[in-house]
Amino acid sequence: MLETALKGSRRYWGWIFFLLGIIGVGFIAYLYQFRIGLGVTGMSRDVSWGLYIGQFTFLVGVAASGVMVVLPYYLHNYKAFGRMTVLGEFLAIAAVIMCMLFIFVDMGQPLRVLNVILHPTPNSVMFFDMLVLSIYLLLNILVGWTVLGAERKGIAAPSWVKPFIILSIAWAPSIHTVTAFLYSGLPGRHFWLTAIMAARFLASAFAGGPSLLILLALIVRKYTKFDAGTEAIQALGKIVTYFMITNVFFLGLEFFTAFYSKIPGHMEPFIYLYTGVEGYGKLVPVMWTSTILAVVALFLLIFPQFRKKENVLAVACVSTFLSLWIEKGFGLIVGGFVPNPFERVTEYWPTLPEALITLAVWATGFLVLTILYKVAVSIKEEAVFDKYGQRQIKP
Amino acid sequence: MYDGWKIILGLIIFIGIAIFPFVYDVGKASIPPPEPKLDTPEIQKMAVKKCVESKSFMAAEHMVMLNDWRDSVVRDGNRIYIANDGKEYVMSLQNTCMKCHSNKTKFCDECHNYMAVTPYCWDCHIAPKEEKT
Amino acid sequence: MSIDRREFLKIAGASTLLGIGGMSASAILKKNLLEASQVMPDAKGLTAKRWGMVVDISKFKTEDDYRVCVEACHLVHNVPNIGTTKEEVKWIWKETYEHAFPGNEDPYLSPEIKHMPFLVLCNHCDNPPCVRVCPTKATFKRESDGIVMMDMHRCIGCRFCMAACPYGARSFNYRDPRPFIDAATENLEFPTRMRGVVEKCTFCYERLAKGLIPACVEASQELARKTGREPGLIFGDLEDPNSEVRKILNERYSFRRRPELGTYPSVYYVLG
Repeated sequence: MLETALKGSRRYWGWIFFLLGIIGVGFIAYLYQFRIGLGVTGMSRDVSWGLYIGQFTFLVGVAASGVMVVLPYYLHNYKAFGRMTVLGEFLAIAAVIMCMLFIFVDMGQPLRVLNVILHPTPNSVMFFDMLVLSIYLLLNILVGWTVLGAERKGIAAPSWVKPFIILSIAWAPSIHTVTAFLYSGLPGRHFWLTAIMAARFLASAFAGGPSLLILLALIVRKYTKFDAGTEAIQALGKIVTYFMITNVFFLGLEFFTAFYSKIPGHMEPFIYLYTGVEGYGKLVPVMWTSTILAVVALFLLIFPQFRKKENVLAVACVSTFLSLWIEKGFGLIVGGFVPNPFERVTEYWPTLPEALITLAVWATGFLVLTILYKVAVSIKEEAVFDKYGQRQIKP
Repeated sequence: MYDGWKIILGLIIFIGIAIFPFVYDVGKASIPPPEPKLDTPEIQKMAVKKCVESKSFMAAEHMVMLNDWRDSVVRDGNRIYIANDGKEYVMSLQNTCMKCHSNKTKFCDECHNYMAVTPYCWDCHIAPKEEKT
Repeated sequence: MSIDRREFLKIAGASTLLGIGGMSASAILKKNLLEASQVMPDAKGLTAKRWGMVVDISKFKTEDDYRVCVEACHLVHNVPNIGTTKEEVKWIWKETYEHAFPGNEDPYLSPEIKHMPFLVLCNHCDNPPCVRVCPTKATFKRESDGIVMMDMHRCIGCRFCMAACPYGARSFNYRDPRPFIDAATENLEFPTRMRGVVEKCTFCYERLAKGLIPACVEASQELARKTGREPGLIFGDLEDPNSEVRKILNERYSFRRRPELGTYPSVYYVLG
């Protein structure tokens, strides 16, 4: 099936080579970082995790969001998602690959990464994270490839795939819960030491992931003959709406606990992020951008007259995705380290090599996504009708 | 052959790259085998010139032995090694091995360079200072 | 029998994976060369059930009192002097009271106490969060004496321990530390570290193994002898009711950093 990714229009190949160019530049930046050390990034003794781990955290959510499509379709027979599931599963594969790449570029001694497998440590959340992410990747590859392969042959998917699908549905929230546990189990960081960290992660995952999926479905519909379905897109839109409301609500809960209890350790990270402290305020415009984007997104999502128009929904999805990308991919991480355990502020901002490497990892993810989507679309364009007799391609 | 010229061209390029290392060295003198030097002042002073274990054992197993020494000292807290002949040594690359073999460039590096191996020991463990001869 | 390309690739791929997997498994399961009977601890070594330290601030009167401890540690262990807040590496250092003990918000605290310098270092907690989170056991608590150790060979540089430590005790080598170590005063008997690993105070485990007390404690004692005062750092076995540290803890009020977190630090502070 992979050979279908080798046939494409000039625009397709242009996009592939554009991505390869970004990857090339980022790879050179990584060689520089590998030679000198992580000092070329903006990370410091106080802020020891930065953009890389933030992006990893955000992307685990995007990967988990595949379940939002798979669950209604396989467990509850929601036919409208029939053409969306493969897009969701392939997005999950690309997202998990990006997660693993971000972990790799963040490590101080990447050549020793196998030590995590050679010396398994069950009490370490990071060990579990590596385990669950790897298995989730394999699950999605197995399920997505098998179902797609069956569709190409024009037959029903083999019955042994079903238990793996059920497993992947249960696995998806678990990968994000385990990632949340990286933060919510650390006694010294009050910004992260909250029971609802996992719930917050899931809420933002199920808002951010499907919003990206909607955008991808719209792009696929524009540039190929494959149509994931208006009803599916609208259903996803409703999912994004409710989970974005939940996410903002949860953030409000955090604000309440911090500012009603007035415990300084709880308040200070929020004060630093949203108003600056002692003259340090690099992140303030960033966090307020995220807030404004969230308000705009909610406004466009909540009112059906806006959500039902697909181009307005697209704007809402971009707004949602960017807002959550800033909040989870940047603000959450830096906020945990500021102020430091000595109540001092060391600020963090990514450097150019760091940004180039981050871009390269995103480009790698999009490359994987493009290739996988090309395969899926090529096969679905042949199939014309899905197993419920609904049209897969534009008439 | 369908697309025959692509396949033949690819084969030529592949074979060219594969035999390049051998073709490059045609006519050149062979690299002499490594000769690690044991004539450090500290070894000359020893009455019985013995290493921790026998030469054959060390040549074959010093990598594994050093790894085991490392785990024993750092992780288990045991720093005394009882050699096969009953003598006791402190398990330390920097402070035991290199005390006698104080010529890293003429000893350790001899074989390592020949085999194109770069053990990362020396990134942390300080190599003994040698005079540039 | 004919075989199509897919079948061939599947068989080739599966054999490769099995081959690599089998070789790796046999390498991992290979027994150690060393038998248990071939290694033993040094008889000279100092042992304890749980090493602890008391920092008696009342004995630190001058700048020198703090400086000798920090310098002794950093010299003996080849700690680099990076010089920037961003990437500095420090195992033991001076911190004022208000910063070493956050959470004591008090506008009426006397300025003398507020700005009083304290020595801070890794607390070698009995319930260390850093050990709990390390994915490779590169940092681990020694069962024999409670020291929270660092295995530089195994550390992958993920910095999870740095996020977990509530005391900011750990430093990361953001670049090669060797250019920042003064060659004139380098300790040739102790390694340096390489870029990409985390480091911190290890209660001088390598000196304890030889029968020596930690460098900072020794420096404090030497300075005390020279100036005719009493040393500010006292080191001993917390589990031994007759040790000097236990005597101090029995007789005087002591406090630790952030005890409410349940980490059970082994470094105690007394004000006199």
